[in-house]
Amino acid sequence: MTAKQPFEQLVSQHGPAVLRVCRAVLGPIDADDAWSETFLSALQAYPQLPADANVEAWLVTIAHRKAIDVIRRASRAAVPVADVPAAAAVAGPDGRDLDLSRSLARLPERQRFAVTYHYLGGLPYAEVAAIIGGTAEAARRAASDGIANLRKAQGTVR
Amino acid sequence: MTMTTQDPDQHLADLLAPPPAIDVMAALHARLTAKAEAAGLLDIAYRTLDTPVGTLLLAATPAGLVRVAYEREGIDTALERLASKVSPRILNAPQRLDGAARQLEEYFAGHRQRFDLPLDLTLASGFRRSVLSYLPAIGYGHTASYQSVAAAVHNPRAVRAVGTACATNPLPLIIPCHRVIRADGQPGAYLGGPEIKHQLLDLEASA
Repeated sequence: MTAKQPFEQLVSQHGPAVLRVCRAVLGPIDADDAWSETFLSALQAYPQLPADANVEAWLVTIAHRKAIDVIRRASRAAVPVADVPAAAAVAGPDGRDLDLSRSLARLPERQRFAVTYHYLGGLPYAEVAAIIGGTAEAARRAASDGIANLRKAQGTVR
Repeated sequence: MTMTTQDPDQHLADLLAPPPAIDVMAALHARLTAKAEAAGLLDIAYRTLDTPVGTLLLAATPAGLVRVAYEREGIDTALERLASKVSPRILNAPQRLDGAARQLEEYFAGHRQRFDLPLDLTLASGFRRSVLSYLPAIGYGHTASYQSVAAAVHNPRAVRAVGTACATNPLPLIIPCHRVIRADGQPGAYLGGPEIKHQLLDLEASA
């Protein structure tokens, strides 16, 4: 067993990226809870994680499962996912572009996850594919279709 | 990761979820440590403390204080050793160290002569542990030679091993290895550095 970093290092190194992932997939309200649940689960499982594992991919995978849980709960309650205020504001209090966030929330699930995990989680497509299923090439296509759809939506709002 | 990135797709990503502010991360971190403590998952809590002998690392398991480390020993190195020897479930969570921090501050102010804290001696075993268990018997302001400590733990020939036990003391200051000095009266080596050993003996002599 090679040396494993203190868990604190994981929080400081990967905490911001995991929060961006949670925010992009869930919106700001549910993101904080998903982030906390992700790191609490990770803390519990950390001693069993192989020392050579890709820690960022592992954390984003846990965040993905937590996000899916929240989305399933929300859809059962018939509340739109990642709902954001329909106000005229373009930038949210955290600096988010609200129009863009709405567009992301409307993307097909695979495109939304692929864009988020690659561009916000920083994962290569092989790792994205391991999370959402399918091949790395399919994950790359989903991300590029997602970005194209976001640009199209951005063009229609501006 | 920044708004000024050249990649237009990355710029789009930054608009979706900008890098979070430091205070946002700090609030989430505080919530995580509280939840981890409540769930019994915080195997080691730590903090640093600025003192007249430099920045100290303080770390505790649920059983008690497990490590005090000087800057000279390397605070990151000490945490990495805790991760491999005790548990990697380690978080910067100052609350568990409140008592230790307060008592150390009182000690440096000259208002405290003995520490009253639960200790976890996991990091010391065998003969070293019996040496460390004996050391609190050397009172504040007093010193003992390596030889006399060896005799006190019923192993008068193990003078060198007493030196090793002091040099690897996981709880310096709290377990007073700085009170163990050379037979000729010179302070001798110290894991925090010889000048700090001097400083501590002066502090205790003047109080």
